[in-house]
Amino acid sequence: MRGPRLNIRTVREPKWFSVALILLCCVPALLAIAAMSSDIIAHTRYFGSNPVKEGEHFLGEWTLRFIIASLTVTPLRQITGWNWLAKHRRTLGLFAFGYLMMHWITYALLDVQLDWGELVKDLMKRPYIIIGMVALVFMTALALTSTRNSIRRLGGKRWNRLHKLIYLVAILGVIHFWMGVKKDISDPLMYGICVAALLAWRLVRWWSRREVSAVTIPVGAQ
Amino acid sequence: MSAREKSNIPSSEITPESLYCDRRAFIATAGAMGVGAIAALSGMPGLAGAQQGAQQGAPQATGKPFGLQPNDKPTPWEDVTTYNNFYEFGTGKGDPAEQAKNFKTKPWTVRVDGLVNKPADYQLEDFLKPSGIEDRIYRHRCVEAWSMVIPWRGIMLADVIKRAEPTSKATFVEFTTLMDPKQMPGERENVLRWPYTEGLRLDEAQHPLALLAVGVYGRTLPNQNGAPLRLVLPWKYGFKSIKSIVRIRLTDAAPKTAWQQAAPSEYGFYSNVNPTVDHPRWSQATERRIGEFFKRKTLMFNGYAEQVGAMYAGMDLRKNY
Repeated sequence: MRGPRLNIRTVREPKWFSVALILLCCVPALLAIAAMSSDIIAHTRYFGSNPVKEGEHFLGEWTLRFIIASLTVTPLRQITGWNWLAKHRRTLGLFAFGYLMMHWITYALLDVQLDWGELVKDLMKRPYIIIGMVALVFMTALALTSTRNSIRRLGGKRWNRLHKLIYLVAILGVIHFWMGVKKDISDPLMYGICVAALLAWRLVRWWSRREVSAVTIPVGAQ
Repeated sequence: MSAREKSNIPSSEITPESLYCDRRAFIATAGAMGVGAIAALSGMPGLAGAQQGAQQGAPQATGKPFGLQPNDKPTPWEDVTTYNNFYEFGTGKGDPAEQAKNFKTKPWTVRVDGLVNKPADYQLEDFLKPSGIEDRIYRHRCVEAWSMVIPWRGIMLADVIKRAEPTSKATFVEFTTLMDPKQMPGERENVLRWPYTEGLRLDEAQHPLALLAVGVYGRTLPNQNGAPLRLVLPWKYGFKSIKSIVRIRLTDAAPKTAWQQAAPSEYGFYSNVNPTVDHPRWSQATERRIGEFFKRKTLMFNGYAEQVGAMYAGMDLRKNY
């Protein structure tokens, strides 16, 4: 176990990684924009017969994927020891926010077509829309405080506590998806399992660290 | 306008299907753009359709229009045959076209029984023979707030019921889809209670608009559209129009329907199209016509209020959704 682990630790960040990651993160968005505009304007069927709905769901799912990706950074870093991964958490988180905005714009502008009465009714009456909007408000707060300046201003501890909101956003996102599907819950279930596993990892680590410190304190006191 | 009356829409208003875009061409373009892999990964359904009925010649949007609005045009064959809700073949819109390819519809037996004087098992050909086959263009409204205009080919359900001679006790009709998990992969999943069942009041079933379809666009019904025999009820949400029917049973009690059992607060027995009664999770006031960007207002009984409204006179449609 030890040998290979040490080897992995020596892996440095490739020079091209930041740029490649950003380019890769843009691909689904560009595809969605290209497919939706082509389908709406030129009546192609890249997104099938109902491009607005399909594009809306596509962007929503990619939001969840980016949230999950950002939550995967820390466990991955802990397992592999590639500490340079940490700084890409913000990139993934900001892309999650970007996809969420595109998902929301598709819903409000292309799907509901800025029918304000309908938007307000959705927001008042439909629990899964309310849950989605709460997640959107939280995500906006996280995106706005994602700068180095904000960390300095808030202080590392408070900033960390605030950004734990991403756990709640991930859970709300899965619930929003779950409540939105008509009957077949297999897709939201898959995302739910991913989020649950990533949160469980943190819970187990937090729990075991507490146990360790509870044992070590009396030893140190002797 | 009654169902028997002539519509005022000239057939010149109906766009020939050949003018709509060519599916092969767009698949080729998609390949050229190299989006195939990512599209498959992220579930773009448009690229996973089926090529069916090519041997039958070009689809023809012929038929007598029923209840069409002035701006209603038949939805392209490509959409009608690739954008389907048919959970027996998967829950994705493109799944049925993909997964129903090898579905066997010959031979096909339909049982007509229950409270009738003449119960019988029919081979499909014998079942259809006594009735006149008609081409009719209907509006179609899905409960998911999208809609189409579809040229169906079929026989009147009323004919079938008349032939079976319902007894005086018969007040409802129950329909059942084929139960065959080997052929219908969806029936192996615990999504709905299988086999799919639907129900109508006897007077609804006897309404001249109620059609048992065997074809679409002048062709034999493609498997993904409910081959070989499906119901078409243009004034009700699409899921009432049960597909791949094997049994029609007359009863004296309201049959339990598949969606009613799955989510009773969301799907009622009647499920008449009604813009004033929302689905608990979305509005039914507007709809997206497949192929159009701007939304349309949903019409009461999907535009068939004149023909069917009397059957529901005095009923609280908020309760009887």
